[in-house]
Amino acid sequence: MSTTAIAGPVTKAATGATPPKKRAVPYRTISWIVPALLLLAWELLARSGVIAPEVLPAPSSVGTTAWHLTETGELPHHLWESLQRAAIGLAVGAGVGLVLGVLTGFSKLAEAIVDRNIQIVRAIPFLAILPLVMVWFGVGESGRYFLVALGTMFPIYLNTVLGIRQVDPRLLEMGRVAGLSRINLVRAAILPGALPSILLGLRLALTNAWLALVIAETVGAPAGIGFMATNAREFLQTDVIVLVIVLYALIGLTTDLIARGLERRLLAWHPNYAPSGGRK
Amino acid sequence: MSTVLAEKITRRYGDRTVLHELDLAIERGEFVALLGKSGCGKTTLLRALAGLDPVDGGTLEVPQRRTVVFQEHRLLPWWKVWRNVAIGLPRATARAKAQSALEEVGLADHADAWPVTLSGGEAQRVALARALVREPELLLLDEPFAALDALTRIKMHGLVRDLTRRHRPAVLLVTHDVDEAILLADRVLTMREGRIAAVHEVSAGARERGSAPFAALRGTLLGELGVTE
Repeated sequence: MSTTAIAGPVTKAATGATPPKKRAVPYRTISWIVPALLLLAWELLARSGVIAPEVLPAPSSVGTTAWHLTETGELPHHLWESLQRAAIGLAVGAGVGLVLGVLTGFSKLAEAIVDRNIQIVRAIPFLAILPLVMVWFGVGESGRYFLVALGTMFPIYLNTVLGIRQVDPRLLEMGRVAGLSRINLVRAAILPGALPSILLGLRLALTNAWLALVIAETVGAPAGIGFMATNAREFLQTDVIVLVIVLYALIGLTTDLIARGLERRLLAWHPNYAPSGGRK
Repeated sequence: MSTVLAEKITRRYGDRTVLHELDLAIERGEFVALLGKSGCGKTTLLRALAGLDPVDGGTLEVPQRRTVVFQEHRLLPWWKVWRNVAIGLPRATARAKAQSALEEVGLADHADAWPVTLSGGEAQRVALARALVREPELLLLDEPFAALDALTRIKMHGLVRDLTRRHRPAVLLVTHDVDEAILLADRVLTMREGRIAAVHEVSAGARERGSAPFAALRGTLLGELGVTE
């Protein structure tokens, strides 16, 4: 009993004494080599015929398809359609989420009016209302915007409210002592304090935006990469289907990178986000 | 005409009376230290003077221009040091004023640093610059040195003494540290049960740490606080 009681503080002191050093394992190298090897294995298995091309085409043939579709202009066209949809839906959803979040964060009355409704609606997986959306909007563009907006609104709303709640009240008090007006207090202390949380909300929203798009575009869209995939399914073009899946992944990665870049830029003051902070 | 004039101010939290018909006057340029056990109401009094908490009774006159240095530096981490100092100032002169205030606390070359990069003592000096840049008539110090190490604290005492002599605001220092109170203040008050229990003028001789008057006053104050050495 007594040994465990002593062991706690001792180990703590020991780890505190030696600063956490990077281990000798080349993390970065290994973390990239393994997926590269898996890709190579896939290529070899596909070429040797172990995996039939109708099941899973070789990465190289997906690459060729991508090149071919880019040359014909088909891929850029569909990609552009999808990006546009995502951007419009996200702009609407993030805008509404941010405004509602700020209102709820500041005003008890707004919270009383808004919050419970949002919590109730949020309990519904947003993709579950797809049939209803189709009844409301038909197969036009607005339904797809609506679905993306719905998927992006909640994470932004929740994280904005959370961020505003988490602002250090002692800083607000200091602002009052310094004679800041309410507006200036919001600008100087509250929004910057809530920003890490809001940006996290944005990243979650981006994930939802693509999810919404995948579903929305496979149902009756006249263009877009989701439409490409649906079309390819009709003709058993597995290479195009895989290409679309890869595209979704690339888009997800790119938007996440952009969001992270935004974090690094806007949160340069924050020790956890600073470029020199040594984190990934 | 006193800078601060409190007459019979009362503050209650539920059934508890924290300030009980308390009287206090501070003149311009006067440095007053307030000692008392935890929970005796000294922070409540400071917050009332700062306008952060209301009083339930009595009259309280405080100047418009007043600032607080808290125990924590309370710098906005997303603003560089100079903007923290200039917070709430008109934009046109903000930078210049912040710069000269930072010079006064010896941190002129940290103007463009992020607050997280500062040591505890440096951050507290920035907080002091932020308070002084407003040219306050009343400077409220809420245990501003409590979280600093002993060496930094000694340096801060010297700095605060110099700065308050130069700018001559009325100062109220709330502290737990009897030595600090004697070294810095013109007048030391002890507080008990929501009232000022005793007032001691500090003679020039008593400010010598280790002198006989210092030891005598220290003994008296500790006695009033119910501490025996």
